[in-house]
Amino acid sequence: MHDPAAIRLESVTVDFGGLRALSDVSIEINPGEVVGIIGPNGAGKTTLFNVLSGLVTPTSGCLYIGGVQRSWPKVHELTGLGLSRTLQGVGLFSDLSVTENLLVGATNLSKHNFFRALLGLDGAAETALQSRVAGVLRELDITDYADRDAASLPYPISKRVALARALISEPTTLLLDEPAGGLGVEDIAWLKEFVLKFRTDKSVLLVEHHMDVIMNVCDRIYVLNFGQLIAHGTPAEIRENPEVITAYLGSEATL
Amino acid sequence: MFIDTLLIGISSGAIYSLMALALVLVWRSTRVVNFAQSGQAVLSTYIGYEISVSTHNYWISLPLAILVGAILGSLVDLLFMRLLMGRANSGPIAEIAPVIATLGLLGLIQSFVGLIWGNAFLHYASPLSGKGFSFGTHTIPFSPQNLFIVVASAVVLAIFGAIFKYTDLGLALRASSFQPEIAQLAGVRVSRVRNIGWAFAGSAGAVAGAVITPTSTLSPNSLDLLFVSGFIAAVIGGLDSLVGAVIGGLVLGVGFAFILQYIGGSVTFLVGFIILMAVLLARPRGIFGHKVNRRA
Repeated sequence: MHDPAAIRLESVTVDFGGLRALSDVSIEINPGEVVGIIGPNGAGKTTLFNVLSGLVTPTSGCLYIGGVQRSWPKVHELTGLGLSRTLQGVGLFSDLSVTENLLVGATNLSKHNFFRALLGLDGAAETALQSRVAGVLRELDITDYADRDAASLPYPISKRVALARALISEPTTLLLDEPAGGLGVEDIAWLKEFVLKFRTDKSVLLVEHHMDVIMNVCDRIYVLNFGQLIAHGTPAEIRENPEVITAYLGSEATL
Repeated sequence: MFIDTLLIGISSGAIYSLMALALVLVWRSTRVVNFAQSGQAVLSTYIGYEISVSTHNYWISLPLAILVGAILGSLVDLLFMRLLMGRANSGPIAEIAPVIATLGLLGLIQSFVGLIWGNAFLHYASPLSGKGFSFGTHTIPFSPQNLFIVVASAVVLAIFGAIFKYTDLGLALRASSFQPEIAQLAGVRVSRVRNIGWAFAGSAGAVAGAVITPTSTLSPNSLDLLFVSGFIAAVIGGLDSLVGAVIGGLVLGVGFAFILQYIGGSVTFLVGFIILMAVLLARPRGIFGHKVNRRA
């Protein structure tokens, strides 16, 4: 048997009322792989992400994590399964400081019960967590912002903080929803480097409109159109695929 | 005279702060103004009263009343609000139904209390004297029970402040209150955290009821005016700010005391409502309310 996929979605169908948002879609992400999902607006990319993160329960389909079938996760269980998701836009707790944002992201790491949480016990775990927060902030080069309120951050920095909060729970798979959206050239270059560095031991699932990012960092790409998987392959294969080119004509001139 | 009035104002302001805090805690966790709060507080106070009657000990009844308040708060969320909000979850009804429901629940609880204990004025006694401290020949209206009210309120407020600021639970409460979806994605069990918010609110209201009632009498509606003051205080403070609730309560308590002293009791609530309207007109989000729209 080959190495089981980190995550496999099999024949996922999602209906919203009478509308079929996803139709019999299967994808898999292997360990250490960067997988991209592209498609025109309304193709079902975000719905697929929502299925994977427990926000939408599909009409039918199966989920395998590490080769084992399991039920669709509840949203709060996600980080415990080694999955961590960033949202479109910013998606931070605007009231909380950068460090506090990261600490909320680490909820799955602190296993203590209500009363221990209330009393703030677990000194050793607390110290370990603090140093982990400091490490992630350093890794993303945002240490200087540690004590700032999330609401006061420049946009590119808040995108990095969102990444940092996703990383703090020690995910094995990172789900990035349009991480390059709204970023300038320099920050996009930084992001590409970051994704490639992260996948040395983990996997990444990426929804993105920036073809430059997708084509540069992805090992494989799935293409959705009107809720259906119309193509799947390496960036080079996708670029040449006539069906993909047709789907994209008019919206994105070249791939 | 000035100091006397100030002390009395702080004592009643402390109670308003507790009630305001209870409202703020529920508002932050569920976005509902919980009009049933005074009913919950009165029920926990009746239970405290029963315990003090059977044990002859106020100091045993007080923590138990607080515990009952917390359990009641949690149950109201679990058995009532959660079901309701699950069913009325879209359209204009989703905004208004929970608030109306808390009003209904208030009536329900007060009728239940009336059914069990009747409408007589009961005396929930505390061992602390209700007579003012004396300095030589001068007796001030501020009594040992008033002092206890101030101390107990300060302790409760400090405990909640510390929980919010320094504990994981407090962080989860703050994270869940404005961006529940993101909190869930970050691994927070938002519904559980919400329930703890309701329990905390219930316990804050229970403290208010159990420490203020020995200064007057207990009846099914005895905490209603207190609730109104707490509500005004919470709105002045911004409804989502803990600090605002405390300051709003103290400002209102001291303000009322001075009005009562220098103008007369008939206008205190009139002034309260004028303050409420003025704050709402000038600064609808309250003095300490948050600027940005939190519904991310």
